[in-house]
Amino acid sequence: MTDIAATAAPSTQTPTLPARLAKGFVNRLVIIIPYLWLLFFFLIPFIIVFKISLSQTAISMPPYTPVLDFSDGISGFLAGFRELNFDNYTWLTQDALYFNAYVTSLIIAGISTMLTLIVGYPIAYGMARAPATIRPTLLMLVILPFWTSFLIRVYAWIGILKPEGLLNQLLMSLHIISQPLVILNTYTAIFIGIVYSYLPFMVLPLYSSLEKMDYSLVEAAEDLGCPPIGAFWKITFPLSLPGVVAGCLLVFIPAVGEFVIPDLLGGSQTLMIGKTLWNEFFSNRDWPVSSAVAVILLLVLTIPIMFFQQAQAKAQEQGR
Amino acid sequence: MNSTWSRFNITSIVLGFAFLYLPIVLLIVFSFNESKLVTVWGGFSTKWYVSLFHNQGLMDATWVTARVGVISATVATVLGTLAAITLTRYTRFRGRVLFSGMVFAPLVMPEVITGLSLLLLFVAVGLDRGFFTVTLAHITFTMCFVAVVVQSRLVSFDRSLEEAAMDLGAPPVKTFFQITLPVILPAIISGWMLAFTLSLDDLVIASFSSGPGATTLPMKIYSQVRLGVTPEINAACTILIAVVAIGVIIASIANKRREIQRQLDEQAAQRG
Repeated sequence: MTDIAATAAPSTQTPTLPARLAKGFVNRLVIIIPYLWLLFFFLIPFIIVFKISLSQTAISMPPYTPVLDFSDGISGFLAGFRELNFDNYTWLTQDALYFNAYVTSLIIAGISTMLTLIVGYPIAYGMARAPATIRPTLLMLVILPFWTSFLIRVYAWIGILKPEGLLNQLLMSLHIISQPLVILNTYTAIFIGIVYSYLPFMVLPLYSSLEKMDYSLVEAAEDLGCPPIGAFWKITFPLSLPGVVAGCLLVFIPAVGEFVIPDLLGGSQTLMIGKTLWNEFFSNRDWPVSSAVAVILLLVLTIPIMFFQQAQAKAQEQGR
Repeated sequence: MNSTWSRFNITSIVLGFAFLYLPIVLLIVFSFNESKLVTVWGGFSTKWYVSLFHNQGLMDATWVTARVGVISATVATVLGTLAAITLTRYTRFRGRVLFSGMVFAPLVMPEVITGLSLLLLFVAVGLDRGFFTVTLAHITFTMCFVAVVVQSRLVSFDRSLEEAAMDLGAPPVKTFFQITLPVILPAIISGWMLAFTLSLDDLVIASFSSGPGATTLPMKIYSQVRLGVTPEINAACTILIAVVAIGVIIASIANKRREIQRQLDEQAAQRG
């Protein structure tokens, strides 16, 4: 806040000491309040999750044995270390269910991210090439569904995809199919749900990088005899890469841990880790195991999340 | 540019928007269905809306959700704005990397992890789960979205205005309230609305952090959806969509008006 002001101000007037102290205090408060809030409500909870993932299941409330109790002082704390219990993690590696759930979640998230990119790219491209006057309206129309409830948008698909639902009614009345398609409660339904729900997250970063692009480059390539498709892969796509990366991460990371979509559209047969965690917690009431599931999920997602941070930081630098 | 607005582009936009809007439109249409079967049209009726208002459980949940939304969005807006100022204005302080990490990570963090970790925190510190804990949880995850929205406005903000005010002797706090705040106000308002809708919308984090007596509307809808699709839920969803849509439209009109006013002011200033 001060770079220029600090060099310019002393020549005209020197701030009084109380004023400077007050300013320093305000500056610090601006940082400290959100900092402490996030530390307490975002970072410390993760440490607790990690801690509880190392404890044993107990039939009590809360249903786990205490681990690393600080009430005994530092020696008690160190003694507690020796009693740490990795059973929940061994359990996770031994039971194929969890391993399958992680792998399936990653694969489903990966495929859905690709599908979202394929669906979203033409939309973003079309928006970016639209006449400048209607672009804000198009942008608004992409954002608007995001304001309506996620749960409602997923719910809307149940009525469309069920065996006696609207899609099957339409296809059968057009005589395209004679038997209703089974889509609901399959992985296909999960793909549709994820593509639909996360589409705005893909379109917006793509649009913002495509809109900034200089199209005279493409025109020049085409003038020099490059076919349109070649020009697209050689110029447009590489230049939109920051948007592609940001969009894919914004879809992929939350999709891995998605709960609502696999639960409502995927039925009981489909296996995804967010659903496993939920069931472990709410149905089996096994807090330590669900914490261990969360810790591993977080570890799996650490690398993509760090990529996301970097992309954000870079975008912020460029925005300056 | 217009020559490149080709048939392909128009088709992809039309298909894309059809994909985005058709499910919502169908949902709204079938909320006015006479028949109890959601997918078979049996004539126009508003009876599901009437029965909705006699459903005490749903009405209670709506009231809880509205209160959680307003309180958490308001606190999250204050915290998120402070976080945005910190991110854009203080480029060097100890723990800045950690801080920006804590602001950006919740944006993509799977909700099950955030929900579980917050619940375990509440249990660890001995807070009774209920209205208060849901509100705290919603403040935490929505403030990060507010921070991003406000930050994008602050980055493009003309700092010379602030510097001029301070050179003329305005203390920093006064400068903030008289110069900075009015300029970033549109972003703060849209940040509040985003926080409010996210809170209105959230199922997973609320399910983890809520307790008896604090059932939010998404939790209620979810438990009924699991039992099957009913026109009554369609009606409840339609009302929610309508409330949000009206809010967004009012905000965008107000925004446009302010923008026009600002342009007029600037023109007047240039003439004067």
